[in-house]
Amino acid sequence: MTPPATIESHTISIIVDNEPGVLARVIGLFSGRGYNIDSLTVTETEQESHLSRITIVTAGTPMVIEQIKAQLERLVPVHTVADLTVQGASLERELALIKVIGKGEKRVEALRLADAFRARVVDASTGSFVFEITGRTKKIDQFISLMQELGLVEVARTGVAAISRGENGGNGTG
Amino acid sequence: MVIQALVDQGVVDVFGYPGGAVLPIYDALFQQDKVEHVLVRHEQGAVHAAEGYARSTGKVGVVLVTSGPGATNAVTGLTDALMDSIPVVCITGQVATHLIGNDAFQECDTVGITRPCTKHNYLVKDVNDLGRVLNEAFYVASNGRPGPVVVDIPKDVQFATGTYDVAKTVRHKTYQPRIKGDQHAIRAAVDAMTSARKPIIYSGGGVINSGPSASRLLRNLVEMTGFPITSTLMGLGAYPAAGKHWLGMLGMHGTYEANMAMHDCDVMICIGARFDDRITGRIDAFSPNSTKIHVDIDASSINKNVHVDIPIIGDCGHVLEDMIRIWKARSVQPDKADMKAWWDQIDEWRGRDCLKFEQPDDYIMPQYAIQRLYELTKDRETYITTEVGQHQMWAAQFYRFEEPNRWMTSGGLGTMGYGLPAAIGAQRAHPDALVIDIAGEASILMNMQEMSTAIQHKLPVKVFILNNEYMGMVRQWQQLLHGNRLSHSYMDSLPDFVKLAEAYGGVGIRAEKPDELDDAIKEMIAANGPVLFDCRVHKLANCYPMIPSGQAHNNMLLGDEPELQEVSDAGKVLV
Repeated sequence: MTPPATIESHTISIIVDNEPGVLARVIGLFSGRGYNIDSLTVTETEQESHLSRITIVTAGTPMVIEQIKAQLERLVPVHTVADLTVQGASLERELALIKVIGKGEKRVEALRLADAFRARVVDASTGSFVFEITGRTKKIDQFISLMQELGLVEVARTGVAAISRGENGGNGTG
Repeated sequence: MVIQALVDQGVVDVFGYPGGAVLPIYDALFQQDKVEHVLVRHEQGAVHAAEGYARSTGKVGVVLVTSGPGATNAVTGLTDALMDSIPVVCITGQVATHLIGNDAFQECDTVGITRPCTKHNYLVKDVNDLGRVLNEAFYVASNGRPGPVVVDIPKDVQFATGTYDVAKTVRHKTYQPRIKGDQHAIRAAVDAMTSARKPIIYSGGGVINSGPSASRLLRNLVEMTGFPITSTLMGLGAYPAAGKHWLGMLGMHGTYEANMAMHDCDVMICIGARFDDRITGRIDAFSPNSTKIHVDIDASSINKNVHVDIPIIGDCGHVLEDMIRIWKARSVQPDKADMKAWWDQIDEWRGRDCLKFEQPDDYIMPQYAIQRLYELTKDRETYITTEVGQHQMWAAQFYRFEEPNRWMTSGGLGTMGYGLPAAIGAQRAHPDALVIDIAGEASILMNMQEMSTAIQHKLPVKVFILNNEYMGMVRQWQQLLHGNRLSHSYMDSLPDFVKLAEAYGGVGIRAEKPDELDDAIKEMIAANGPVLFDCRVHKLANCYPMIPSGQAHNNMLLGDEPELQEVSDAGKVLV
C-alpha cells in the first residue's frame, strides 16, 4: 500500500475561449468531481482573439492535481493549462480592499501598519479608512489579521492572478 | 440549414420526437427525402436508439428533440452516452432567443442542464454560426474519446436564413486530441512485455470505438505474443470468445480465471479500458505486483483510479500498430518456460469452471436460456443489446461474441430501459440482421413504449425477457448485504407479456419448461415482426461469480459456495 499522499496547493492558469458558459464548465468540473477551489479569478485578457485567463488555486494530492489538469485539458474551449506551481518561480498577486472603523489610538495604529505594508488609503472619513493592498496571499492574510484588532469591518479580495517569470510566454507553453 | 449540415455529415437516419420549439426543423425534414426520421415514443428512447445505431455502425447517432421536457427526457440517454463514450449529436429546439430566461412555455436551460452530461454543448444564437457549429458538433462527438454533443437551437434561429459556409473538413481550433502514442512509451511497454513472465492483456470499449481495424490489430497482438486476454463488459467482441487465449470477461461478475490472472500477473497491458470500480474491486488490493501499461486516448483516464507505470496517450488502433511493429523487430521474446507455467496456472483456474450451473428438467435456468439463445442464433448476423441487471451479466457471460460492434449494453451508467430502444437503433442500421434485446421483466417496462416505435417503422427486434418476477440484481444485493430483507424488489402485477406484445401489434411467445425452449426461440427468430418473448426462468437464480463490494478482486464468490461472506461496513457503502 502506498502511504497517504500529502495535500499540496497548486496555482493553475487556464487559457480559454471567451464564450458563454466557459466559466460554468470549469467550475462545474470542480464541483462535479469534488475538487477544491481556494481562489478563482477570471477575465478577458486578449480581446482580439477572445481569450480569457482563469487562474485557480486548488489543493489536492499529486494524483488529484494531475487529474484536475487532465480533466481541464479535455474541455473543448480550453486552449492551454499550465501548472505554475510545478513550473517553479511564478508571480502571484492579489488585491484587497479593507475597511477599518476606529477612533483615536487604534486609528493611528491602523494607518501606521498600513504604511508598513505599503497599503494605500483610497477612502477616508473621520471614523473610517479603506485600504488598498496588493501582494501575495500570505501578506494580505497577515495584514487582515492585524487589522482585526483595529476595527476591521469589511474585506473584499480579488483572488489570485498569476503569471510565470522569465521569457516563457503563452501560458508557460510558448 | 440543419438538414444541409446533416446531409453534409452523411447522416441518413435521425431518431426524434417533434414539439413546438423544433417544428421549423421538422417542417424542413418533411420537404426533403435525404434524411429519414424514426419517431420514438419517448426522448430517452431516441438517445438510446441513436446509441445503438452508433455502437453497431461506428457512425455518429443523431437525435432531434424539442425544448423543455424533450431536452430533459433526453438527459438520461446523454449521460449514458457520455459514460460509455458513444458518439451522439443531439439537436434540441429552444424557445426564441428573446424568450430565453423568461420561464417561457417548454423552456429549460438546456445547455446548463446538459453541461455535465455531454462532452460539449452549444447554444446557437446567430443563424450564421449554425452551419459551423453543427459540423463542429460532429467533429467533437466522433474525435478523441467519443461522446454526446448537444446543439440547442432557438426557434427564431431555426426560422432565420443565413449563409451556410462550411469548410469541407472541420478542424476545431483547440480540440485536437492526440492520436499517435509516444514512441518512447510504446518501446518501454514492449520492453516490459518481452520480459514478462505472467502477462495479461485487458482490453475495453476503446478498442471497439477505435474501429474494426483496432480489433484486428488486437487479435494480431494476442496471436503474436501468445498472451492471455480478458475484456471489460464494453469491450466484448474485440477479441473473439472462441479464441484460445480468451479468459472471458473480468470484473465484478467476470470469470474466476480472468480476475485471478489480473491479480497475479506481473505485466498488465490495459488497452482502451479505464480501471473502473467494477473491474478493480478493492483498489488497494488490485493487482499488487504488476507493471501496468495503460493505452487510452483520454489523458484524464490515466492514473485516475489506479497508478500506472507506463501511460500511453493515443488511439488504440495506432498504438497497437506501433506495438506490433516494435515487437516484431525485437529478437528477445518472453521465456517459453515461464509462459507455459503461466498458462498451466490459468488452466488450473479455468478448471474451477466458475460459470457452471445445474439445469433441472422442470424449470429453465436463466444461464441455460442464454446458452440456447446463443446456440440457435450464432450462425446468423446477430446483434445483442441488453437492459441492466442479472440478465445483462448472464448475457455477457454466456453469449459468445466473435465480432466487435455486435454487443450493445449500458456499462457505465447502468441504465435500465436501454436495451429495447438500442435494439431499434441497431435494427435500423442493419435492417436484415437479427437484433435481440436480452431483457429482464423489470428493465423492459422502463421503455416498453418503444415497442410501438418498432411496430411503426417495421423494425423486427426480438425482446428476450428473462422473467423471474424480481429485480434480480437488487434482490441479490439485498440477500448479500441487507439480511435478505427483500425491500420492494418483487415485481407484482406484471403484465401478461404475450398479450402486451399482441396489444402493440407484435408477436408474443412464452416458454416455461426447458424442453419447449428451443422451439420457442426458433419461432421467435422466424417471426417477421417485433417479438416479446416471455422466458419464465428460475426465480431465485443468482449471478456468479461475484466480487462482493469492498473485496479484493481475487476474492470471488462462486455459485457453488452457498454460504455468504460477511461484507465489511466499508464494502456496504459501495454500490
